[in-house]
Amino acid sequence: MTTTFEPATSREGPAPRPPGRIRSGVRAGARYPYWFYLPAAVVYLVLFIVPTVVSFFFSLTRWRLIDWEFIGFENFVMFFREAALVTGLVNTLIYGVLTSAAKVVLGLLLAVLLTSNIVGRDFLRSMVFFPVLVSTVGVGLTFEALMDPFGGVINNALEAVGLPGPGWLTNPSYALLSVALVDIWKGVGLATVIYIAGIVSIPREYFEAARVDGASAWDNFRYIILPLARPATTTVIILSLIGGLRSFDLIWTMTGGGPGFTSDVIASVIYKQYQAGFYGLSTAGNVVLFVVVTAIVVPLFWWLNRKEAEL
Amino acid sequence: MTRAVSTAARWRRFGLSAVSMAVLGVVFLVPFAFVVLAAVKTRQEASLLQLTWPTEWRIAQNFLEVLSARDYLLIIAFTNSVILTVSAVAISVILAALAAFVLQRRPSRWNPLINMLVLSGLIIPPAVVPTIWVLDGIGLFRTMLGLILVEVAFGVSFCILLFRAFLITVPRELDEAAVLDGAGPLRLFFRVILPLLRPVIITVVVVQSVTIYNDFVNPLYFLPGEQNATVQLTLFNFNSQYSNQYNLLFMDILLIMIPPLVMFLFFSRQIVAGMTSGAVKG
Repeated sequence: MTTTFEPATSREGPAPRPPGRIRSGVRAGARYPYWFYLPAAVVYLVLFIVPTVVSFFFSLTRWRLIDWEFIGFENFVMFFREAALVTGLVNTLIYGVLTSAAKVVLGLLLAVLLTSNIVGRDFLRSMVFFPVLVSTVGVGLTFEALMDPFGGVINNALEAVGLPGPGWLTNPSYALLSVALVDIWKGVGLATVIYIAGIVSIPREYFEAARVDGASAWDNFRYIILPLARPATTTVIILSLIGGLRSFDLIWTMTGGGPGFTSDVIASVIYKQYQAGFYGLSTAGNVVLFVVVTAIVVPLFWWLNRKEAEL
Repeated sequence: MTRAVSTAARWRRFGLSAVSMAVLGVVFLVPFAFVVLAAVKTRQEASLLQLTWPTEWRIAQNFLEVLSARDYLLIIAFTNSVILTVSAVAISVILAALAAFVLQRRPSRWNPLINMLVLSGLIIPPAVVPTIWVLDGIGLFRTMLGLILVEVAFGVSFCILLFRAFLITVPRELDEAAVLDGAGPLRLFFRVILPLLRPVIITVVVVQSVTIYNDFVNPLYFLPGEQNATVQLTLFNFNSQYSNQYNLLFMDILLIMIPPLVMFLFFSRQIVAGMTSGAVKG
């Protein structure tokens, strides 16, 4: 759910002071011994790095945990040929891009609203942020009830204003989008507080100077907030893409990938294949997810940070 | 910032406030109101799934019924969730603070590699079956300890980044003074540095507690089995087993939402600080 990005590893703060450098070697080792890394490294390597590395091998096998049989790229071929699995791949991209884009736009708008001088600002901020902290399963089950096609709260409200309510989770064309909508509802608060932090860090003088020049509210937004909130935009895009592409709990709670497999994503395919005992195929799904996430997030992160440096 | 505000501007401000209150209120409060109201209704009334005031209040009955369902499974689940959350967070804090301390204080040619490993922990989706295979190999699959260590492994990157960012503000002169006083590295770390990390420790503890408490995927994969269930798992199973007892389902959801709510009431500033620390440059 939560992660922090220190854009670029070069942001070590004040450069290490020369004295520390000069007295390196024995003294630094005595003060900051490498074995301090050891406990974290052991847990991290054994339970995260090793599984990640061996996943590349086991994705090429028919795997039953007790033994394995090397079958080359058969699992991957299956992944790109089987309709259910291809749907999962496409849906993952739709879901990730959609939720991420919506969180950027809505998060920015809400942040502008919630940094203006409206009444009850702090309360509104808390209200928008609170869903971030709530159990995803709980949110999923709640919205499943709210989106009930027969007399659920949302459809009743739509009916009251004369609109036909769709079968949010039961109609194959809407199921994935409905889950994405709930994901946006739950996650937009995080985007909002990230943008708020970005906006309040903009020096007041810019707005003062803009007022002297007779800038309108739109000018303030377009020429001050938008460019100077860029680090926040980078963080929001990267965080919500990582979260969205890996998303599992909400989809699994609300639709279980259904109706049929129309709202399956890679993460739910991984779980289904695991349950069915196709461990090799499930692991191939993990490798596909790994490739999708890194192929999108890493270049994007690099590109966004480079553009930031140019400003 | 504010000076003589014209009447028109003031009306606009109130208009905007009223509209935001109304829209955001409907969007963000109605779902919670629905949960609370459904949780105190009778079984028949709750199954209508309407946003209505309860005709009959059944707070106590529903509460006791949820607790006692399936031999008090919810109490076992809460205990499991607390054990998992507290242990995983405590271990994460110590391991991450130790690693971040050396990472920030001692630049070496290994740092780029270590930084890359730390960042990949935030980006790479964990490989599920291989993790089970490793856990099985070291005899920790289907054990609470295994799940605790998995949560530590998946969360330690985030903790290290927060600690490292904060350590920049802790002056090195303190290290030197402590060493001159004859402190070894362990004493330097536990007696001098760790107490100074208090603000960031609170942030890490609060954010990680909420994350691990709400985690559904990892318990699902790595600690299956009824008696081991965490609250999120029981909530998920509750839905399939008591599908038409919506009053109990929503009472369950309500109870499970309370710990994060309490955290938020007391630590909203730290939570927001922890979750937004990448957003501001410099």
